[in-house]
Amino acid sequence: MRALFALLVVLVIALPAFALDTAPAFDDPAQQERYQRIIRELRCLQCRSESIADSGVTLAADLRRQVREMMAAGKSDQEIFQHMVDRYGDYVLYKPPVTPRTWLLWGAPVLLLVVGATVAGFVIVRKSKLPDTDPADPGLGAS
Amino acid sequence: MWRFIIPIGLFAGLAAFLYLGLGRDKETLPSPLIGKPAPQFELPRVDDPAQKISNRDFAGRPYVVNIWGSWCVECRHEHQALMQIARRGEVPLIGLNWKDELPLAQQWLQEFGNPYVASAFDPKGDVGIDWGAYGAPETFLVDARGIIIHKHVSPMTIAVWEQDFLPLIKQAGAKGE
Repeated sequence: MRALFALLVVLVIALPAFALDTAPAFDDPAQQERYQRIIRELRCLQCRSESIADSGVTLAADLRRQVREMMAAGKSDQEIFQHMVDRYGDYVLYKPPVTPRTWLLWGAPVLLLVVGATVAGFVIVRKSKLPDTDPADPGLGAS
Repeated sequence: MWRFIIPIGLFAGLAAFLYLGLGRDKETLPSPLIGKPAPQFELPRVDDPAQKISNRDFAGRPYVVNIWGSWCVECRHEHQALMQIARRGEVPLIGLNWKDELPLAQQWLQEFGNPYVASAFDPKGDVGIDWGAYGAPETFLVDARGIIIHKHVSPMTIAVWEQDFLPLIKQAGAKGE
């Protein structure tokens, strides 16, 4: 029983081995880390909501291979991303450049924060100005 | 008063935003290659791998590149339309056989007919990637100057051909002469 349990634990621990491209692509850990970072920032064109690091479709596998080949050829990150953008447009980047088309995308967090803070500010200021008439019934006093 | 108008207004705005989103085509990605020179390729021919086919051979007049594969179900759907377009003979159709196996590709052409002047065999898929392919079938129109002027993703139909391709071919042909 214990042996079976141990086997199960080992199998669960080994699950990542079933992940894509099991063997590290590069012997150098720094290069491997760089490779992982690059493929996480490239979008899979067929599945859209996955990076090519996570996608099992063949196009993603081909794009990963191209990234490896370009890295092996000594290309810079910039050159690798440009290679992909030339073919697939900014859409392929998970961090697209700030352009008139993407300002809403990049600005949305700030915009939402400002809107939220404004609304919260209004509510807080208004509530703080209300006379504290009936402390025994705070729920109704607010309206 | 405002406490009704503001939430209703916000709701109406959100509903309009989402409604417009429903009708948008989110599948077709804009190709950055439109208006750019067509990527060059030189690959073995599907029908005779000993020979090479290059799109350079077609420079100087408009041509169409159609990306297909025997694994591609939608390519089956467009095949009859491609056969008809080939018979019309307005422009040569060059096939780019993408990520396929040679016997399967050859069998496909024998079984369903060959609409292409030639098909280039791209098993590795790098040429398809150069053309920005993300899902076959994709059909590109290249003008006489060698510039990609149109891209159609999803199966070709006679309606699409007559609406989107023919007018551009007439213009493109006129420019080249």
